[in-house]
Amino acid sequence: MALDQSFVGRTYPPSRPYEVGREKIREFAEAIGDDNPAYRDAEAAKALGHPDVIAPPTFVFSVSYQEAESVVRDPKLGLDYARVVHRDQQFAYHRPVRAGDVLSVTSTIESIKSLAGNEVLDIRGEVQDAEGQPVVTVHTKLVARAVEAGGTGGAGEAAEGE
Amino acid sequence: MTAQIAYADVEEGTQLPLRTFPVDRARLVRYAGASGDFNPIHWNERFAKEVGLPDVIAHGMFTMAEAARVITDWTGDPGALLEYGVRFTKPVVVPDDGKGAVIEVAAKVAKKLDDQARTVQVDLTVTSAGSKVLGMSRAVVALG
Repeated sequence: MALDQSFVGRTYPPSRPYEVGREKIREFAEAIGDDNPAYRDAEAAKALGHPDVIAPPTFVFSVSYQEAESVVRDPKLGLDYARVVHRDQQFAYHRPVRAGDVLSVTSTIESIKSLAGNEVLDIRGEVQDAEGQPVVTVHTKLVARAVEAGGTGGAGEAAEGE
Repeated sequence: MTAQIAYADVEEGTQLPLRTFPVDRARLVRYAGASGDFNPIHWNERFAKEVGLPDVIAHGMFTMAEAARVITDWTGDPGALLEYGVRFTKPVVVPDDGKGAVIEVAAKVAKKLDDQARTVQVDLTVTSAGSKVLGMSRAVVALG
């Protein structure tokens, strides 16, 4: 069943603020095995012109996705969350995320398209700091796969995206 | 921003250093904790197979994070990365065999975009076990 096109352009109010912690950045950097000093050492970050340690580029996804998820789970939209996979991810950085940032995200449904029975949902997240200045624009494209006739044949593709 | 690579020193076709990133189950558990993505397809073999996967697979965002390191290590300053986007095309399958999987990342300067802003487009080729795992993978980077 096609999703309701009237949801295109709908904006979901800003999230609860997310405070970016220095130790959370370090934990994330260690999890991806990245020893860049700009993620750990405030002096090294300052030498590059940043006011404090910065976060790896994809760190902000953890913040923005919480919001995108609440859009996807909006019962009025009627998406079957169990069939949703991640298809595309894009970031446009106004500046790097850094320790001490208090971020909030406003999510908008940019488009809903049907492709061979799959629903493709493009969600834009505008991440801003406590002063209301833009930090990152995040585009997340999710696909809800068509319900297949019988079996779990599509499940392999299901996880292709993720 | 203080990228260590000078705009004048690169041209279209300049290759970035080829990199490989190993990934095993312990790495995925650690990434799950740090990112907050606890989907069991990334750590529970029984669950992964129940939903039709060959085995546990890596988080797409983990692969995207590793691929970015080719650029951030090249420029030195991660803040030089202005835009970054990928499509998730195939999963990185991570067996529990003591070895896991390897993500291979090749990258090259595809275009010099703006002589004033000193920005370039970098295209990435990201594979694992011979399959392309990220598609349309590209970045815009500000050089020194």
